[in-house]
Amino acid sequence: MKAFKTLDGLVMPLDRSNVDTDAIIPKQYLKSVKRTGFGPNLFDDWRYLDPGEPGQDHGKRRPNPDFVMNQPRYRGASILLARENFGCGSSREHAVWALEDAGFRVVIASSFADIFFNNCFKNGVLPIVLDAAILDLLFRETEANEGYRLRVDLEQQTITRPNGETIHFEVDEFRKYCLLNGLDDIGLTLQHADEIRAYEDRRRREAPWLFEF
Amino acid sequence: MSGRTLYDKLWDAHLVREDANGTALLYIDRHLVHEVTSPQAFEGLRLAGRKPWRTASILAVPDHNVPTTHREGGVEGIEDPVARIQVETLDHNCEEFGITEFHMDDARQGIVHVIGPEQGATLPGMTVVCGDSHTSTHGAFGALAFGIGTSEVEHVLATQCLIQKKSRNMQVRVEGELGPGVTAKDVVLAIIGEIGTAGGTGHAIEFAGSAIESLSMEGRMTVCNMAIEAGARAGMVAVDQKTIDYVAGRPFAPTGELWERAVADWRRLVSDADARFDRVVTLDAGAIRPQVTWGTSPEMVVPVDAAVPDPEQESDAVKREGMRKALAYMDLEPGTPVTSIRLDKVFIGSCTNSRIEDLRAAAAVVRGRKVAANIRQALVVPGSGLVKQQAEAEGLDRVFLEAGFEWREPGCSMCLAMNADRLEPGERCASTSNRNFEGRQGAGGRTHLVGPAMAAAAAVSGHFVDVRTLSES
Repeated sequence: MKAFKTLDGLVMPLDRSNVDTDAIIPKQYLKSVKRTGFGPNLFDDWRYLDPGEPGQDHGKRRPNPDFVMNQPRYRGASILLARENFGCGSSREHAVWALEDAGFRVVIASSFADIFFNNCFKNGVLPIVLDAAILDLLFRETEANEGYRLRVDLEQQTITRPNGETIHFEVDEFRKYCLLNGLDDIGLTLQHADEIRAYEDRRRREAPWLFEF
Repeated sequence: MSGRTLYDKLWDAHLVREDANGTALLYIDRHLVHEVTSPQAFEGLRLAGRKPWRTASILAVPDHNVPTTHREGGVEGIEDPVARIQVETLDHNCEEFGITEFHMDDARQGIVHVIGPEQGATLPGMTVVCGDSHTSTHGAFGALAFGIGTSEVEHVLATQCLIQKKSRNMQVRVEGELGPGVTAKDVVLAIIGEIGTAGGTGHAIEFAGSAIESLSMEGRMTVCNMAIEAGARAGMVAVDQKTIDYVAGRPFAPTGELWERAVADWRRLVSDADARFDRVVTLDAGAIRPQVTWGTSPEMVVPVDAAVPDPEQESDAVKREGMRKALAYMDLEPGTPVTSIRLDKVFIGSCTNSRIEDLRAAAAVVRGRKVAANIRQALVVPGSGLVKQQAEAEGLDRVFLEAGFEWREPGCSMCLAMNADRLEPGERCASTSNRNFEGRQGAGGRTHLVGPAMAAAAAVSGHFVDVRTLSES
């Protein structure tokens, strides 16, 4: 996994709540057996005016000029501002793969759906929860100032606005450690293999029917 | 010290280790696998030179991508080449690692959340995971069941564990008696309407109260299935005699002396009387009417005898804008009576409502009636090959076919439209599935979520109708 330490990035606002994973990456692209290449189909239904299918040349499709991603001022954005309950719905990790593939490394929202939130950390993407009032301020500033950037520092757990003021955010200690160091958590878990085996031995005695099939 | 909730008990029983900061390693008893969210996990395993920790814990089935017609050609007969590769990849992975799989031509094939309980592969007291958010379904058995992403699928394959933090405890009580014609689907939609799609975020929900206890196991599965639509990763119901009777005799269930020991253990899978919940929400069962969603989020729901709401009445600006967008997408005007909404398609199926009880409820409405002329397609997609067999033994297939429904092979089908079953742009569908998101059933398609009897009533009427009045006529 890619490590995440700091990011100075252009901000793109997506001003709607309950953005679900079907909207982030529509189902027809889930047929891929790979982890990469989902970026051109991020927010596909909103981003293009014509319907899309896997394998198509997406560069030749008709972009929806009203959708925020197609506005030149947000080209190259790496920080996504969103609203309540971002990433709700399906567990598809393809949603995070699509965001990451399209260049987003930070998503800021007032709340996230649990599975999406988890999936972010597995892919070097940092989801940040902020109070709705602070989020409102960031939305206003982003929309009012072309080229609006934020600096995110995971170690310090801060977001620095262009005026130099910082916003503190919370992050789980273990997840922060993994993200800062780009650690594969399977490797970390396997360091406890003896404990897993000891648990299994005990459990096999207590509840043998769980191991019968 | 206060007592423990059902969730506390399930959590404690599966704890391998816990760090001082609350990061825990949780042991997984049952891992269900399907074709869409597993290929990258198996590939990761191979790249790292790892093997599944305990293959016997895994049960695999293709369901999301499979066609619901013309199965005679087998996997090679899947017309969509990309979908075919995905099903073939699952077959190869299961073969390579020695994992039990119900192949597409197996009578036991079906939607992963239907076949787990049907086979007794889901047992009370288990931790059950799957790379699918509707894994919460299995919580109906007093199990801790939740959906995971593909990286976590790989993690469970490699270690039999997940890194977790404990959720908060929430109880949703539905007290009293459900009215005639009001089903489990109406109960769960009413709950989501009450607490919202983020209402359960960060919580494990235990559904309780006399109305939940009165539900069949199928009904409890429908309720737990949509816990994720209320934002909760896990939903669950305490074990009672109904749970034990349902599990008894199923192929993967224990037998003999082991069964007796298991049952004694399972009877403890209830929240203690003095258990503390972080949040409790109570609904009056008697006030719940058949529900219909009008928007693009499951929380956008009203009773069938109500009208489409007006965004101008909403005080919260973000919510108001969300309602406007939803109405524009759904092509609906505020104030429109739900019963005047005309439909193009009807879908009866999905892991929410494709079990035998659901098909019986729909068939009871359809019997002796015809699908209305304006309905272009009415589909019944049984949840598994065994549900299909059972329904055919009861003659339900004839009831549907004679009325003008199509009777299909099992799979996820038009719930998420990964296969050929889908809505065309602008089409409006009464669906027994779980998500009414934009484009969920096909780009530009408009989904209204309802229970099976309500979907059947809509099919024979051409528009929504209160099934309670239909059955009286």
